[in-house]
Formats: sequence, C-alpha cells, structure tokens
Amino acid sequence: MLKAPTVSLSADEVRHVAMLARLAVTDEEVEALAPELNAILGYAEQVGEVAAEGISPTVHPVPLTNVLREDEPGETLDREELLAGAPQSEDDRFVVPRIVAED
Amino acid sequence: MSELITTSATELAALVRSGETSAREVVDAHLARIEEVDGTAGYDPEAVGESDVHAFLTVTADAARAQADEIDAARGRGDELPPLAGVPVAMKDLFVTRGTETTASSNILRGWVPPYDATVVERLRVAGTISLGKTNMDEFAMGSSTETSAYGLTRNPWDLGRVPGGSSGGAVAAVSGLMAPLATGTDTGGSIRQPAALTGTVGMKPTYGRISRYGMVAFASSLDQAGPIGRTVEDCALMYTAMAGHDPKDSTSLPEPVGDVLTGLKDGIEGLRIGVVTELQGEGYEPGVDASFREALTRLEDLGAEIVEVSLPHAPYGLPAYYLVAPSEASSNLARYDGTIFGTRVDAPTSEEMNAATRAAGFGKEVKRRIMIGTYALSAGYFDAYYQQASRVRTLIADDFKAAWESADLLVSPSSPGVAFEFGSKSSDPIAMYLNDVATVPGSLAGIPAMSVPSGLDEQGLPVGLQFMAPLLREDLLLRAGWAFEQATGFDPMPRGANAVPVPA
Repeated sequence: MLKAPTVSLSADEVRHVAMLARLAVTDEEVEALAPELNAILGYAEQVGEVAAEGISPTVHPVPLTNVLREDEPGETLDREELLAGAPQSEDDRFVVPRIVAED
Repeated sequence: MSELITTSATELAALVRSGETSAREVVDAHLARIEEVDGTAGYDPEAVGESDVHAFLTVTADAARAQADEIDAARGRGDELPPLAGVPVAMKDLFVTRGTETTASSNILRGWVPPYDATVVERLRVAGTISLGKTNMDEFAMGSSTETSAYGLTRNPWDLGRVPGGSSGGAVAAVSGLMAPLATGTDTGGSIRQPAALTGTVGMKPTYGRISRYGMVAFASSLDQAGPIGRTVEDCALMYTAMAGHDPKDSTSLPEPVGDVLTGLKDGIEGLRIGVVTELQGEGYEPGVDASFREALTRLEDLGAEIVEVSLPHAPYGLPAYYLVAPSEASSNLARYDGTIFGTRVDAPTSEEMNAATRAAGFGKEVKRRIMIGTYALSAGYFDAYYQQASRVRTLIADDFKAAWESADLLVSPSSPGVAFEFGSKSSDPIAMYLNDVATVPGSLAGIPAMSVPSGLDEQGLPVGLQFMAPLLREDLLLRAGWAFEQATGFDPMPRGANAVPVPA
C-alpha cells in the first residue's frame, strides 16, 4: 500500500512551495497558509488508505486512440488582436523585464 | 413582455419561428428584466446592491439586439431558421468571447479581450441563440458559492441573502431570476449540478469530452466539462444538442457521433432500474434534503421504475482524490498567468519577480491555496503518493460505476448535501466548502454524464435537487429520466419566499 506521508508543512516549506509556484507571499500569508494547507493535505491523504497497487491511473474515462489530421493550413489567430491583450508588446513580440538579474 | 421571460426556450424558439413573436421582442424583454433585477455593478465588486442579483459581469445589449434583428430579417426573407433562433443565452465568463472581456472572475484577467471564440460560443451562435453577456462565477471555477469571484457576489434569486452555489452561480441566477431561459455552465467537480440544485434549475454535465473544451479557460483539464442550464429538462436537451460534438481543436473531445436525445425524451422510465447509492446519502445530508430525496424515490417508483440499492465502495474517497487531482492540474494550467501574454502585470526589475508579484496580486485566496496544494502534490517525491494515487482512485471509482451498471440503468443521489446557505457561512473553512461537492465529485472523476433536476423545496422553502447519473455517453437515458421525473414532480421554477427576487404575477 502506497501511504501518503503525514504532512506538516513548516513556514519555510510553504515559502519554498510558493517559490516553485511563482507566488510572492508575505509573512502573514505564510502564517495563514501553513495550517490551511496542512488541513487540506491531511484530508486528501485519505487516498493513501486505498490499496491501489497494479491499478492504472485514469486521465480520460473513454479510451482514445491517437489520430493524425491532414496537414492543411488553417486559420490562425490575428497577431495584432493577440498582442493587444498583452501587458506590453513591441515589434510583434511580447515584452518582459530582463530574465537575468544584474549582480 | 413579462410572459416572454417566464417562457421556456423550447416555446420561445417556436414563437420566433412562427412569427408570433420577434427575436427582438424576446431579447428586449430579457434585457429589461436584467435592468430590473440585476443591478449595474458589472466588474465592480463594491457596487453590488443589496437587492441586485448580479448574475452578469457584462451585458452585451447592443450586440444581442443586432443579432436579434438579423434573425428577424432572415425570417422576413423566408430563410430557414436554426433550431434555437432567437433564444437568449447567458454565457459563463469562463468561455472566451472574441471582442468581449473574459476574466473567469479573476483579477489576473481583468480587461482581457480574447482574440477568438470558444467552440461552445460558436456552436450556440450557429444554433441561433443570442448571447446576452457574461456571467459571474467563482474565480477560475474554484468554489461552490460564487463567493471567490474577484468581482463581487451573486445573490440567489430564491433568497437574496444566500449564495446561488457555484462555480456557475451567475449562470443559474440568470436562469432562475428569469434573465435568460438558458445559460452555459462548466462542471469540474459539480459546478453545474450543485448551483442548479440550489436555485431550482436544471443543470447537466455531459460525459467528459462530449462538449469541446476549446476556448474554455482551463481549471482541471481531465475533469472540465461544459453543459447546459435551463428551467426545464427539455430546454437542456435542446441546448445540449446544440453544444455537443467532436471538435478537432480539442484533442480530448470524443469522436463518437452525438446520440439523439430528443426523440425518446418523453418515453418515460417504466421498467428502468434506478439505483440508490448507499454511500451518497444519510450522514452529512441535511434533513430537508434527505426528505426530498425519499419523496423523489417514491415518485420514481410511481413512474414504474424499480428502485434498487447500489454500492459505490470507493465513493467516500472521491472528494479527497478530487482535491488532489483538480489542484494539481490547476497549478499547471494556471502557470500561464504570469503577466506576459494576457491579463494584468505588476512591474518588477526581473521577469521572475514580475511573475511572482503579478500572480500574488492577481489571484485570490482560494486560487492561491489550490495552486499551492497542486504544486506541492506534484513536487519531487510526492507525485506518486498524491497525484498518481488519486488518479488510481479515479480508476477504482470508475470501476465501481461499471459494476453498478450491472444492477441499475441509472443511479440517483441528492445533488448537494445542503440547500443554499448564507453568505460568509462557509468561506472561512475550505474543507466545509469542499464538502458541497461530495455527491457530485464521484461522477466527475468517472467522467460519466450526470444531471440535477429540482425535487422540491425544503422546510425553509429553498430548492433541493435530485442528481441522476448515467453510464458513459448515455445522455439520452439521463434526460429521459429527468424529463419523466420533472413531469411527475410538477416543480414550479419561479423563485418565491419572503426574500426572493420579485417575479411577474
């Protein structure tokens, strides 16, 4: 039986998960999130009570077979309309701040 | 005018087709109703008045009138009209609409105007329906009360001090509040069925993959399914027919042809074996819900169905599995909201800081909680114990249903463990809120079609829903049973009670 570990996330672990999720969190948020996440994960851990060895996971209830479509040109989204929804764009491109921080 | 807003979609389509009423009259009547009861808060959460339903975030009145005029002109020319010509529909703000702001009720998408239409939007337009605008919902469909919307609450037309359920809360409030005969909803763990139950409306979640997800803002891709909401089962059957079908733009869309659900709709359920699910009743269900459920079983028996007891032994693990699968998929899907391609941005010196600051400011509490849970469940060392194990539980639940179909043609349960609750009464305890989905989640995980049909009122006068569940791709059976039950119940969908929205006499 694959038993989920009993979770008790510390404040530092919550900060680490927030970093992985690219969410800036304040100390107050971390303090509030830790018990909430522990309660939810503690509840969800019940899935570990079920013996599921040898059971394959479900991702689609109806088995699908892969199909290839004809390689024909179709309609694409309008570039200007698409870029109009972006916070910042220039020369047909999305603009973001620098990727690497200055030392 | 007031008659048109209480008329079913089926009848409205017939009236427009015969020329007895124009599409323009139908649209104007519903727009007037919106003006009367919905308020004008739109995307401003501070502006929702105490008696405003606030089902809509955007009302596209001009476009709706223009479309109605086109239909009337086409009729004048003698053109053949599509099946739902002139029938208004309220569009959940989860469906992208070209040229009309689409936010999924999140601040992170505030002001985003999509460059394309969702397949559902396109299909419903081709079927002749006229969109009146976009409806409020829980942020990214994460919630069961519409209280997680960044744009303010939506009131239940039956009691303006209570929630309409969620996440399709604006959709059901629009239909129940007589602002539209039809609305689109989406259901990941119960987001069509639970709000339908709480507002005395009919809501159907088809088989996973039956309706295209193209242009639906993604929450949990292996569960998300669009479906119809209406005041009658027949209206939902018509709307489902317009929405369903294979879409090459959605790789999970089912290639099987859509079966005819209309021909046999009124054939009754004599001789059908209807299974009562042992695990989806009793403890945790309010007495008023339970009483309505018992009464429903008697009605089904009176209709000639055979009631049998059926067990889904793994159903109790449905909710815990759901609250791993859905947040995991959400954490991945919502990675795209990083201030780059669409929506809002909070400026910062580097991209990574900009991403984190944008997401911190743009997402609400519940969305952040789920992203955190999902990120943790998918992180190194935990994937097997959480996401993978939860996905295995899905298989076990699907197998339970397969076994159940050996002894029953359809299954029933209450749609929701409780009736509409007061604002704020569950928002501080995430797990109390999650329990709203306890009856709907097993069907979601198994991908089967399911539907909520009103079964009556509880002792406080609030609506209760009966959930029907059918085998994969048996929407025909689902709707047939729902129709028979609806006729036997004779439920009046007009909101009433001391704190209800006013309805025409």
